[in-house]
Amino acid sequence: MSTLHVPTMAEMMAQGQTPDILFWVGCSGSFDDRAKKITKALVRILNECQVNFAVLGAEESCTGDPAKRAGNEFTFQMQAMMNIQVLDGYEVKKIVTACPHCFNTLKNEYPELGGKYEVIHHTQLIQELINSGKLKIKEGGVFKGKKITFHDPCYLGRANDVYEAPRALIEKLDAELVEMKRCKTTGLCCGAGGAQMFKEAEKGNKEVNVERTEDALETEATIIATGCPFCNTMMTDGVKNFNKEHEIQVLDVAELIANAAEL
Amino acid sequence: MVAAIIFSVMLIAGFGWFGINILKIRSNILLGRDIDRKDKPGQRWKTMALVALGQKKMFARPIPALLHLGIYVAFVITQVELIEIITDGIRGSHRIFMSSLGGLYTLAISIIEVLSVAALIATIAFLTRRNILKLPRFKKPEMKGFPTFDANLILVMELILVTCIFTMNGADEALYLKGASHASHEAGSFGFAISSWVGPHLFGGFSVETLHILERIGWWGHWVMVLAFLNYLPYSKHFHILLAFPNTYYSNLEKKGKFTNMEAVTNEVKLMLDPTADPYAAPVADATPQRFGAKDVNDLTWKNLMDAYTCTECGRCTSSCPANITGKKLSPRKIMMDTRDRLVEYADGKRKNGKDYEDGKSLLGDYITEEEVWACTSCNACVQECPVNIDPLAIIVDLRRYLVMEESKMPTELTGMLTNIENNGAPWQFSPADRGNWIHED
Ligand code: SF4
Ligand code: SF4
Repeated sequence: MSTLHVPTMAEMMAQGQTPDILFWVGCSGSFDDRAKKITKALVRILNECQVNFAVLGAEESCTGDPAKRAGNEFTFQMQAMMNIQVLDGYEVKKIVTACPHCFNTLKNEYPELGGKYEVIHHTQLIQELINSGKLKIKEGGVFKGKKITFHDPCYLGRANDVYEAPRALIEKLDAELVEMKRCKTTGLCCGAGGAQMFKEAEKGNKEVNVERTEDALETEATIIATGCPFCNTMMTDGVKNFNKEHEIQVLDVAELIANAAEL
Repeated sequence: MVAAIIFSVMLIAGFGWFGINILKIRSNILLGRDIDRKDKPGQRWKTMALVALGQKKMFARPIPALLHLGIYVAFVITQVELIEIITDGIRGSHRIFMSSLGGLYTLAISIIEVLSVAALIATIAFLTRRNILKLPRFKKPEMKGFPTFDANLILVMELILVTCIFTMNGADEALYLKGASHASHEAGSFGFAISSWVGPHLFGGFSVETLHILERIGWWGHWVMVLAFLNYLPYSKHFHILLAFPNTYYSNLEKKGKFTNMEAVTNEVKLMLDPTADPYAAPVADATPQRFGAKDVNDLTWKNLMDAYTCTECGRCTSSCPANITGKKLSPRKIMMDTRDRLVEYADGKRKNGKDYEDGKSLLGDYITEEEVWACTSCNACVQECPVNIDPLAIIVDLRRYLVMEESKMPTELTGMLTNIENNGAPWQFSPADRGNWIHED
């Protein structure tokens, strides 16, 4: 594995350069050990395609999404305004992120506070890179013939109507894409959204991620593909709950593509 | 003559009472806060045409959708017949449109008859589904008592209505065959699709006098049922047949993931972040609400309240809710039903005791518990599923805002999460300086 090339905005600025796109890493992608792997998989893809990008590094801060979903509009807007100041300071125009929660907040909720950017999800960017021929995936790769199911993140799917980009990428893998009985608009949440990730669930008779993992197990897929670091955690825990962690992998679409392209 | 007077009194009383109720509901809805839903009329008309008129979202489940469509189309087309009944009733005439419309009349009534049978089949199917098949979504705790009675009552009313229509048309057909119908002096047939068969088979053996009585029973029964239905409507979930139209017109057209921006907060945050701002500058008019978020129905927007009146109590939202599926107390349908019940109570109280009256109750606490509010994952499944574009999530979020911003009441882990964001710029306890560390780790 080659070393990663990850310039920060501050470094680029010091050299008088402006990147084409900002990679918004997000809290999970920056701090969570599992999610960091997804972050790096995306960076490998960006490096391979020589995308002129940068990250904010220590200047990035939580978008405020969990605060807003938990009902604390003050904390959310404080975060948003500070982030907008930083983003506007660097004259950022376009942002890519691997987290649907950051994606939704930056894209839909920042404009009214003055932060107007073109925001895309990493699956959309990777799709562009493949379509324009910058990224090549070899035929008959590691995933050939494998059954893969895609779990729709609520904040990518229903919240923003992005259903096709991640699926188009899985189809590029020569694998068999199998759908769960609840998918796309009727997809079932993993249980992490709305700030649930940070608290115990209310009393019930089951955990949401277990219910969702059952949907995935029914498809007999050996890989559960995700497009959100929180879904990834929830589905990984769900698979462990059924003691299937040796048979079933939970991987982000970026990881699938990076592996298939042998990056 | 006496009949015409009785009829007219019933007409005025029936429609008058209905009108009063509609105005009452309108004023209840307008107790909500303002929200602008007047932009993009083109897109709004289109949404209404697709969702309310075209029943687009119903067709996610084709069998109930087709049955529902049968009842719906029958309901719309029978309005033609209603106009005739009203005209005949006032003028004392019989089948006034028959001679002027000719073949078209036969066609129109035939269509009504066929659709009435479709509606009858659908009604029986729905009654079976509700009471014999016991679909889980009709058996949730919030459906105990009135809601189930309401659902069944309306179906029974439809059953009576359809029976009246066929008694009326069937008996008249039998009379016509004997040359004794008031519609014509000669013997013949109306040629209506179903009653030309039903008439002779069911009513052929009766005497002319009995048939005249039967025909009148059907006719008056029909009229009474129409008025009963009309006046029952505003008290029932079936009010959706009217409110579905404005409610879909005023749908939220933004992406579902976009939560509303609280402008009052924006102004305060700007002051906090900008040391040069003048703290005594005139506040933006009306920017500060009486409270942050919603505790009671008057803190919600008029659209939230219209949603509550539009809810058909079908439970599609609840059956797709991840919290509800996994046994939590939250049910988005209950959120809507609670909002409506509380609104009626709140508004009736004010109407009776003056507008400053407080009954000491509120939507949050007396109807909806904190446990329900915190179980939501904000996944938007309920919003996606609702056939009339209701947004239960918007209400849940406003209740959370009240709890957090006004009362600082939330699960302890969330207090920690929020403190972390404020201090470290991340929901976990990591130092912001370490945010870029991943770049150099392997
Ligand atoms: S948004 Fe909340 S209430 Fe609606 S379905 Fe999802 S979890 Fe249930
Ligand atoms: S909110 Fe919509 S989906 Fe839920 S019960 Fe009411 S009408 Fe049905």
